[in-house]
Amino acid sequence: MRLKINGEIREVLNAFTVKELLSELKIESGRVAVEVNLTVIRKADHENCRLNEGDAVEIVNFVGGGEDGGQTRNQGH
Amino acid sequence: MEDKLVIRGIEFESRLWVGTGKYRDFEETKKAVEASGADVVTVAVRRVNITDRNSDNLFDYIDPKKYKILPNTAGCYTVEDALRYSRLAREAGISDLIKLEVIGDEKTLFPDTMGLLKATEILAKEGFIVFPYTNDDPVMAKRLEDAGAAAVMPLGAPIGSGLGIRNPYNLRIIIETAVKVPVIVDAGVGTASDAAIAMELGCDAVLVNTGIAGAKDPLSMASAMKHAVIAGRLACRAGRIQRKLYATASSPIEGML
Repeated sequence: MRLKINGEIREVLNAFTVKELLSELKIESGRVAVEVNLTVIRKADHENCRLNEGDAVEIVNFVGGGEDGGQTRNQGH
Repeated sequence: MEDKLVIRGIEFESRLWVGTGKYRDFEETKKAVEASGADVVTVAVRRVNITDRNSDNLFDYIDPKKYKILPNTAGCYTVEDALRYSRLAREAGISDLIKLEVIGDEKTLFPDTMGLLKATEILAKEGFIVFPYTNDDPVMAKRLEDAGAAAVMPLGAPIGSGLGIRNPYNLRIIIETAVKVPVIVDAGVGTASDAAIAMELGCDAVLVNTGIAGAKDPLSMASAMKHAVIAGRLACRAGRIQRKLYATASSPIEGML
């Protein structure tokens, strides 16, 4: 199945729910927030939120930022 | 004397709040935050790097159990984006705190106060504890308070400019008459004396990022800011003398030869 994850088209193998997607991407759910087609998916709903071909998924976390969100330079992005 | 800042029932240990952007690395961020004595740190919400899962995470250095994490909506230019980032921040974090920014101009990073007001109203209704970054405009500060802001965060000067407190008179009006909620100066603080001036004017707290992170020696500046905020607060509470044009002798005339 093809999903648009953080703006990039990616093929996922065994991810039919948000929970499975995070696990396939090796992302811990504790520190991230997930949005599917512009709707925030609560952590409690990760398991039940089914993904469909072409869904736009955003996975975000906190990074260094101040008044203007100027990012810390060395964070691997 | 007990002089703690309390906002919506949350007790703050420090009146200096710090940002976590622009540091050389996370190690420096951590040391600067420690040196500042701040218990509130601001963070931004950004995409997870899904291709490189080995990159460091800010929270490996800044323990969210030890600090109050204040996510911001930095970089948002529309109400819709600010709402989207706020909702994601609440889901990624553990609290309803949000430092709301709706930027109106790329060159000055001045806030779009009309958008800010709209976003404040919506988020406050959704249960967020909203800290809007606003202009030094007393009327807008009042409007934001009425819309449900937990505090107002007027700028001292443009973000990252280090120009200090450019309009102390408006800040005084905001503090003394415009609003009852706490006033936290956000942006423009370039060095310790700027922070002290903000506090002497009666601000409840000061938020600094670039002023510390951009200093030649961020750790020393973090410590300087910490002391300046404490000094400014004490001076404010002590009540300064009136300014006078001419001298008043401080030694008695009596007993002179």
